[in-house]
Amino acid sequence: MNPAIRVRGLVKTYPGRPPVEAVCGLDLDVKTGECFGLLGPNGAGKTTTLEIIEGLLDPTAGEVEVLGMKWGENDNEIRRKIGISLQETRLSDKLTVYETVALFRSFYPSGLTPDEAIARVSLEEKAGSYVEKLSGGQRQRLAVATALVGEPELLFLDEPTTGLDPQSRRQLWDVIRSLKDRGRTVVITTHYMDEAERLCERVAVVDQGKVIALGTPAELIARVGGEHVIDFDYDPATPVRFSANDLTSLPTVKSTREEGDRVTLTAGEPHRALPALLEAARTVGVKLAGLTTRTATLEDVFVTLTGRHLRDEE
Amino acid sequence: MHPLWHLTLARFREFYREPAALFWVYGFPLILAFALGLAFSEKPVPAASVDVVQNPSDPGASEKLVAMLACDPGLKVEGHDEATCRQRLRTSKTDLVIVPLPGSSAGYEYLFDTTRSESVLARNAADRAILRAANPAAPRPEEKAVTEPGSRYIDFLIPGLLGINLLGGGLFGVGFAVADMRVRKLLKRFQATPMRRSDFLLSLMLSRLFFTLVDIALLLGVAYLAFDIRVRGNPLVFVTLIALGGASFAGLGLLLGSRARTMETTAGLVNAVMLPMYVLSGVFFSASRFPQVIQPFIQALPLTALNEGLRAVMNDGAGWEALPQPLLILGIWGAICFTVALRIFRWR
Repeated sequence: MNPAIRVRGLVKTYPGRPPVEAVCGLDLDVKTGECFGLLGPNGAGKTTTLEIIEGLLDPTAGEVEVLGMKWGENDNEIRRKIGISLQETRLSDKLTVYETVALFRSFYPSGLTPDEAIARVSLEEKAGSYVEKLSGGQRQRLAVATALVGEPELLFLDEPTTGLDPQSRRQLWDVIRSLKDRGRTVVITTHYMDEAERLCERVAVVDQGKVIALGTPAELIARVGGEHVIDFDYDPATPVRFSANDLTSLPTVKSTREEGDRVTLTAGEPHRALPALLEAARTVGVKLAGLTTRTATLEDVFVTLTGRHLRDEE
Repeated sequence: MHPLWHLTLARFREFYREPAALFWVYGFPLILAFALGLAFSEKPVPAASVDVVQNPSDPGASEKLVAMLACDPGLKVEGHDEATCRQRLRTSKTDLVIVPLPGSSAGYEYLFDTTRSESVLARNAADRAILRAANPAAPRPEEKAVTEPGSRYIDFLIPGLLGINLLGGGLFGVGFAVADMRVRKLLKRFQATPMRRSDFLLSLMLSRLFFTLVDIALLLGVAYLAFDIRVRGNPLVFVTLIALGGASFAGLGLLLGSRARTMETTAGLVNAVMLPMYVLSGVFFSASRFPQVIQPFIQALPLTALNEGLRAVMNDGAGWEALPQPLLILGIWGAICFTVALRIFRWR
């Protein structure tokens, strides 16, 4: 089956002194029916890439194919089959939820009724309320409702839950999951790794205008050496610290990373790595101030790949 | 329902659901017209003050003069001694001093201030009264007071206010609105849908047309009730001028809002275009007061053409002959603005 989206060698450079290379040679394939995530810090080029694929921006170079069609040749046909939700769109304050959805519905030759679209995002109670009276989470759900009212084959959601409280985020995740259940292709950009892990079948990690890793969340996590992570802190007064070799020679430890007093190890089997670590500490004379174990996340993937944190960029 | 209908409805709703907008667009021009009309309302010409010098040694001379002057009800005559009369003339409490001079050929002389119009007029009126009293047999022409309808200041002002209302409507109603939608990324959001650009732009024009008609009807209605303002000429020509002005200014507004990315830039552009026309285009006073050298520029301004056309139809009772000039000027402005705006319009 043809991919829903196909991008080859995408480049976008903004003029300036020096010119800003927002996207520098990006390749992407999104399969029909999958939920695909673009994960990366702010400024990585996710939004620029997305807007080029949505037809809102012209690329400097590269090929983009959406649903087998190209921008510049079948623009109107593509627009009938996609739905988008931008970052920070302020819809008209003085229209009601229903009126807003009905307005967007009128642009499409076919689709849901406004009531159906409103029901899909669970905003029935607010159908008659003015947009200005909605909370942040409700406005985002309204934005998603306008995106899906045309029953698009392909949906783009740019940072759908940024700035929302945890409950609103969960509500929006439910909406996105129901879209997946209906077999739509969904592309999400996010800098929340929990969102990417929960929703996306495949994730492309984007940094500085390029895709630096691509795969299912599990694959990516496994690539950096195991799903288990041991974090420990050195006591600042410790007389001795481990060398990198000491740590990687521990059983099933794949990688180590040090930041100040905190050391992060990835291990395949913590029930073997942990006792060995504590024994080594006792033997060598290292004093530890704290220790936790957890499962690896895409954040760890990102840090391993780039040496920087996703969250630092916020 | 057709997207054009939805888009136009959305414009209506955004307007009438915003009480502040309703006040500024409808209430403010009415208040302005009312206040200015009141301030500049016509008052009758006041009586001229004439002082006759009284000489205690010869009271008969001044009494004779006072009697002759009394025939003219437009003169207010008082008698004082010479020192007081001259003092009053100097301080503008009186406009003319007549000094009886029994030895002279006329028998009296006038003292007056050539630089004050009331003083010159008082001298003319007093002279006429005295001459007529001395020649009662001279034929008297009939006097008919004639006031031309449409000659008050308020008659001059209202068409000017209609003009700036149309201008403000086009610049703010279209220009500002479009720039606001761009800033809020609504235009970008629309761009990703199959919405036709022509539908969007048409919805702006249609809603502007509707608001204009309501606006003008309201202003005219109140002006008629408060000041007896009428359209004395062809009402069809009047409506055509209004529609022409509204459409042309909508184009101007669209051009100003076609690329601006911030509200500050838009406000700056709109003010830079609007304020010179407020001053130069003959809104509050006649544009002919400005020096000859800039008259060609003033005549080329769209608001000037509209105001002159409206005045011709409303006050001078003109018909279709008043249309060609404004049609040409407003038409060219409108056509150029729309064409350029559509070419350079920014959706993001």
